[in-house]
Amino acid sequence: MKHDAFDVVVIGGGHAGAEAAHAAARAGAITALVTMRKDTIGVMSCNPAIGGLGKGHLVREIDAMGGIMGLAADMSGIQFRLLNRRKGPAVRGPRTQSDRKLYKTAIQFFLAAQEGLTVIEGEVADLVLVDGRIAGVELSDGAIIPAGSVVLTTGTFLNGVIHIGDQKTAGGRMGDRPSVRLADRLRVLELPMGRLKTGTPPRLRASSIAWEKLEMQQADDEPALFSFLSDRPHVRQIACGITYTNQQTHDIINANLSRSAMYGGHIEGIGPRYCPSIEDKVVRFADKASHQIFLEPEGLDDDTVYPNGISTSLPQDVQRAYVHSIVGLEKAEVLQPGYAIEYDFVDPQNLDPTLQLRALPGLFLAGQINGTTGYEEAAAQGLMAGLNAALRARNCQSLILSRAQAYIGVMIDDLVTRGVAEPYRMFTSRAEYRLSLRADNADQRLTEIADALGLITQERQQRFAVKMEDLALGRGFLEASLYTPREAAEAGIAINQDGQRRSGMDLLAIPGVDLAQMDVLIPAFSRCTPATREQLAIEALYKTYVARQQRDVSAMMRDEAQPIPSSIDYSDIGGLSNELKYKLQRVRPVTLAQAARIDGMTPAALALVLSRIRQDERRSA
Amino acid sequence: MHTIFALATARGKSGVAVIRISGPAAHEIGSGLSGSLPQAGQTSLRVLRDATGGVLDQALVLRFDAPRSFTGEDVVELQLHGSIAVIRAVEAAIAGTGLARMAEAGEFTRRALLNGNLDLAQVEGLSDLIAAETEAQRRQAQELFSGAMRGFADMCRQDLVRATALIEATIDFADEDVPVDVSPEVGSLIDSVISRIAEQLGGHQAAERIRSGFEVAIIGPPNAGKSTLINKIAGRDIAITSEFAGTTRDVLEVRIDLNGLPVTFLDTAGLRESDDVIERIGVARARSRANGADLRILLIDGLQAQGDFDPGIPVDLRYMTKSDMTGMGISAVSGEGIDQLLADVSGILMHRVSGATLASHERHRQALDRALALMMVARSSFIGDSVGAEILALHLRDAVGALDSLIGRVDVEAVLGEIFAQFCIGK
Repeated sequence: MKHDAFDVVVIGGGHAGAEAAHAAARAGAITALVTMRKDTIGVMSCNPAIGGLGKGHLVREIDAMGGIMGLAADMSGIQFRLLNRRKGPAVRGPRTQSDRKLYKTAIQFFLAAQEGLTVIEGEVADLVLVDGRIAGVELSDGAIIPAGSVVLTTGTFLNGVIHIGDQKTAGGRMGDRPSVRLADRLRVLELPMGRLKTGTPPRLRASSIAWEKLEMQQADDEPALFSFLSDRPHVRQIACGITYTNQQTHDIINANLSRSAMYGGHIEGIGPRYCPSIEDKVVRFADKASHQIFLEPEGLDDDTVYPNGISTSLPQDVQRAYVHSIVGLEKAEVLQPGYAIEYDFVDPQNLDPTLQLRALPGLFLAGQINGTTGYEEAAAQGLMAGLNAALRARNCQSLILSRAQAYIGVMIDDLVTRGVAEPYRMFTSRAEYRLSLRADNADQRLTEIADALGLITQERQQRFAVKMEDLALGRGFLEASLYTPREAAEAGIAINQDGQRRSGMDLLAIPGVDLAQMDVLIPAFSRCTPATREQLAIEALYKTYVARQQRDVSAMMRDEAQPIPSSIDYSDIGGLSNELKYKLQRVRPVTLAQAARIDGMTPAALALVLSRIRQDERRSA
Repeated sequence: MHTIFALATARGKSGVAVIRISGPAAHEIGSGLSGSLPQAGQTSLRVLRDATGGVLDQALVLRFDAPRSFTGEDVVELQLHGSIAVIRAVEAAIAGTGLARMAEAGEFTRRALLNGNLDLAQVEGLSDLIAAETEAQRRQAQELFSGAMRGFADMCRQDLVRATALIEATIDFADEDVPVDVSPEVGSLIDSVISRIAEQLGGHQAAERIRSGFEVAIIGPPNAGKSTLINKIAGRDIAITSEFAGTTRDVLEVRIDLNGLPVTFLDTAGLRESDDVIERIGVARARSRANGADLRILLIDGLQAQGDFDPGIPVDLRYMTKSDMTGMGISAVSGEGIDQLLADVSGILMHRVSGATLASHERHRQALDRALALMMVARSSFIGDSVGAEILALHLRDAVGALDSLIGRVDVEAVLGEIFAQFCIGK
């Protein structure tokens, strides 16, 4: 059987695949999403939550570019909480518990509603290559789907192996079979690959938990949503339970350590340091008497609870024993055992900044296959890979976001430039321009870019235009005139009587000055919407720092503007250490700025690279 | 990358002259001249010949392979007989191969820096080492050249990275089991870095003096014996002396090695009111140089009743002269008390340099000043709790940047030109 030809074929229906397919179709590409099982599209395989610190920023950015993760999270959110609410606005991260079923339903709804997008059920067994370029995919039934570009989002399915104690089963997720033939195919391509590990906790029956004994954590009174299109939660908000491991729990785990897949030597993959299994926590932090566990309901009408904090690869009987040692879980019924999963990933240093495999033009990779962890990281890569796959198929200029523009840019640059040593997760501390890359201004940073590529709906265009207009108005009020310290004092703003005149923006930047005082000083300002006023207060707070960082940004952008020709030969640049030659050869940076970010790179080495570029230019001129 | 060559020793007649060749063609040029090169890191005696087979000289040939050489490149060194003609002939033969060009000022060192063999502070240390005249200068330069500044910067950096990590943990892992209050440790890390930087800065002036030398001004009323003393210190007649008051009009300098410290003694015009225009200028000049000097010695004529003479500027040491005639104080004529005077000067200066730190250059002071200012901003925002953790983290990041510039990790291009301009070819 032969399928119609597509501009873009996306393999996989997880968070990366769904976002990739939707983005490609929005960009005008005739797109197919191929998945083993249609009904698992948009499944949350791990914890039932979206967002968090750094991650919430990514979701806002995906949304600002017309993506679907933020909307689906808002439609399924059952416990919205803004993390770091008491810290600076730049490091606040929206997060929500999601109803698994509602989330999946929302994602499937958005994909079905998207024009130009077809979902095909089947297992991709092979890639079709013509002259070293991608030409399509072959399904396990022999059918060929011709495609201009292909996006591969296999998650943990590439040679996935599930470990529970000393039991090993092949699988991409509990209950789903792995992609072995595709993995074999990639091995033939001789890509540098590695093995990573992640884990899940045992799932518990909600009705078997003694909730009355537990401390509960409520949702925020004023929920912070993800999408710039959302105003309020769609469904009822619930609370999560909090409990703790104790000495008895730790004793049980210690006594059975050798039976854990991890400690029994069954696992070779590298797990993340920031998301350790309960075995790891007990061993590595032996002096800690207890560890916190969040009991997260998986849905409004779902009797399953996800105990966040006790992922494990211990045998089932040990899992039951340690669960029962915990307050509130004495009689908890384990619905599904926790497990560790190992899977293949491709060293992302083999990708260009559009997430395209350098060795195989037309093949884009996104999500866990690139060594990342997390739904949000996967979706953000999916968005960029799907978009660039579509742009390539349509012979358009690709889109690369810089580190100064978006967390998405930070993540992709980290991946392709520095590679990964453990599953990569987003943190706000990874973003050097953190004060300007905020969750609250993701739309101001990215929506225009998305609009220029035709990625956003009319509704979003209009909302954005209205917001920008109101912001301009408010900024105008704050910057229209300068006030003496005496005038400020009359409005209740206590500052040094230094005779210096300040704008409303300057005054708002002073710690302790609030919006109400601003209204007294500039009555017109009170006409702006609360959201606009809040945004301007944040802008004012960071104004001086952002202006200072702008110099670094300009310097970086100068280096970003210096392309490194792909023909450059690092091996005969005199004075470059062998280690740096090797790294440059492996990463093959596309700009001088990217080269500068390679680990161990020195300004001196950079000067050598630049002088080689100049030499080559002179030679060819 | 071009291959470069230059005479590494001073030009002129000498026992041995060294020509250094560095770059990808160094080995090819070396074996062309000598027939064959020794093993890497070895030396051998070879007859050097030009392209026509004519003998240039008999030379000791050294071979170094990249990256294990001074520049980090392939290097050949030729130890020639120190004849001006031989040097010229060998240089012509090297240039004649068309494979190398003459090095520019400081180019070998620049390549060592570019190749990561030296950091910027080490380059400065090397420059100082070449210029060192006294023992204290040599030791100071050696320490800088050995990479001590990198050690200092790394130590501070480690503390700042730790402090930043603690702050970032409270930001990025707010929803997890991390300590909420990291302030005590962050505070003590910030304070420890501040005190280290402050200590380094505190010894800058002394270190700078060791590097560039001290000035000791000899002042006093006319005819107190200042010029006689300076001639005694110099061990030769550099100043005109006479029985007439006001003989010395201009400031004269004598530079000596005083117990390892480079010290310049200044002979100045006698301080008095005068109708003579030239003498008035000389007195003004004496006052201004004495004011700028590190130490002022006041000489009083023992034959005159000048005990209450007020020079109008603070004085560090005070001596009665002409003890050969009065039996009191010192005498530049008989030499009595001069050793004691020098010991007094040396004692004061030694005490001052005892606090000398690594920061011997103005560039070090600027980088340290900047780092200290950024650290103080970080500290005050930390203590006042006036800004968020995300801004504190930014301040600390900036401070790390300033420390890095101390050893040239970032922002080096601007200072590079200046530093290398001080180098002479081949060093």
